Parts: sequence; structure tokens; C-alpha cells
Amino acid sequence: MIPASLNACLVLSAVLFAIGFLGVLVRRNTLIIYMCLELMLVASTLALVAFSRYNGTLDGNVFVFFILTVAAAEVAVGLAIIVALFRKRQTVQVELLNQLKD
Amino acid sequence: MDNLLFNLFAVFTVACALGVVFNRNTVAAALCLLLCLVGVAGLFALLDATLLAFVLVFVYAGAVVALFLFIIMLLDAQGGTRRPFGRMAIAAGVLAAGLLATGVILLAGATGPAAPLPASPDNTLAAPAQLLFTQYLLPLQVVGFLLLIAMLGVIVLSKRFEGLEDIK
Repeated sequence: MIPASLNACLVLSAVLFAIGFLGVLVRRNTLIIYMCLELMLVASTLALVAFSRYNGTLDGNVFVFFILTVAAAEVAVGLAIIVALFRKRQTVQVELLNQLKD
Repeated sequence: MDNLLFNLFAVFTVACALGVVFNRNTVAAALCLLLCLVGVAGLFALLDATLLAFVLVFVYAGAVVALFLFIIMLLDAQGGTRRPFGRMAIAAGVLAAGLLATGVILLAGATGPAAPLPASPDNTLAAPAQLLFTQYLLPLQVVGFLLLIAMLGVIVLSKRFEGLEDIK
């Protein structure tokens, strides 16, 4: 049993990735930007799973397993950094966090 | 039937992803992310990756979104104002939209004979475990070590050390 075709999965993955990218571009809240980054990551794993299925191997699935693990660690560290930043600057709006730019 | 399910999950996932981007309320955006991840888990299940579907719901929908919600509540951070786009953002957006359109047109227009679908790999718990603990044993250990390092890093980042305030 298999849905649609490989192309449909890839198109869906690309669209999800684009939506995540759009969010990173238009939003100004660090937490939302971070959620959109997660969305992009999940979109790419969808492509990996689809490729794995249509090749009849499990290696892609194992790779996605590792990606999920690393993503969990990354989220924990990233959110800790955001909290540390908030403690120091009292804001999570990116337009107010431009000290390195100036 | 499978096609119907796929389309259903695809529309649901994309709608929830749009909800993440366009929701003014941060908590609502996080809940949209949760629903979006559940949709992706459904797609994984349709692609015969049952284990990954479960792991996605456990790790992402369970732990990561809960962590996001916790931090949102902790910081009490609301959506914030949307600024007009800068020149760079517009250029990046146009470029990205062009790339996406090209990719979608190429993929949707590909009409070559579909390759015969290989038999579904054994998707019980045993088959991925067999791979993880033989061929991918070293990466597995490295990832475990990475989790340990991340945990220690988070503790160091969020703990206030007396007399060491200047390291932050």
C-alpha cells in the first residue's frame, strides 16, 4: 500500500519547506522563527522517508531517526540560548536584537 | 483509498503549516505546529515508516512542542509587530518562490513511466533495530553522546553561576 507517487511526496515536501522559509523571512519573533526552522527540518525528513520507501531500503529511515535525535538536542540548546538572551535583553523580537549588526 | 488519505494529510499539513506562519498568537502557532507534525506523522505511516511516525509524535509532538509551549509561557512573548520587508528579504523571497515554482513544475510535469515500486521493507520494530545496532552502531553511540553533551550545555546555559556572570 502506497500513496500517490514519489513526485507528489517531493512536491509536498518542497511546499512545506517553502512555508517554513516564508515564516523565517516574515516573522519577527525569535520563537516563531525557531518553530519555522523546525518545520523546514521536518519537510526535509519527509523527502528522505519518501526516497527511502521508493527505493525499498530502510537506510533513509535510519537517517531520519538520527536527524530527529539531533533535532531534539538542537531544540533544547536553542531554547536555552533564547532564554539566556531574554534574561539579558528582556526581548525576543529580532529587530531589537541587532547589537552585532551595529 | 491511499491516495485519498495522502491528499487529506497533505492538505491538513500544509494548512497547519500556514497556521504556524500567520498566527499572531504564539501559543496558537505552537499548537498549529503540533497539528502539522501529527499530519507529517500520518504521512510517514502512509509511507510504511511506522516506527518513525511514532517517534515523530513522541519526540516532536510530545517533547519539543511541550518545550516550546513551556518557554512561550515562561517568556510571555507575544506575536510582535510585522515590519515592512527589507530589500534583501524581497530578493530572497522572489528567488525562493522562483526556485519552488521551477521544482514543482519539473516534478509535476515528469511523466516518464513510473519505476516499479519495490516491495515494502520490513517495517516492524526489528528491522530498523537490526540496522541501528549493526551497521549504524557507531553513529548511534555518537548521537547518544551528543544528547549527553547537549544536556550538559543546556544546564550550563540556564544555570546562574556565582561570580561567573561575565561568561554570558
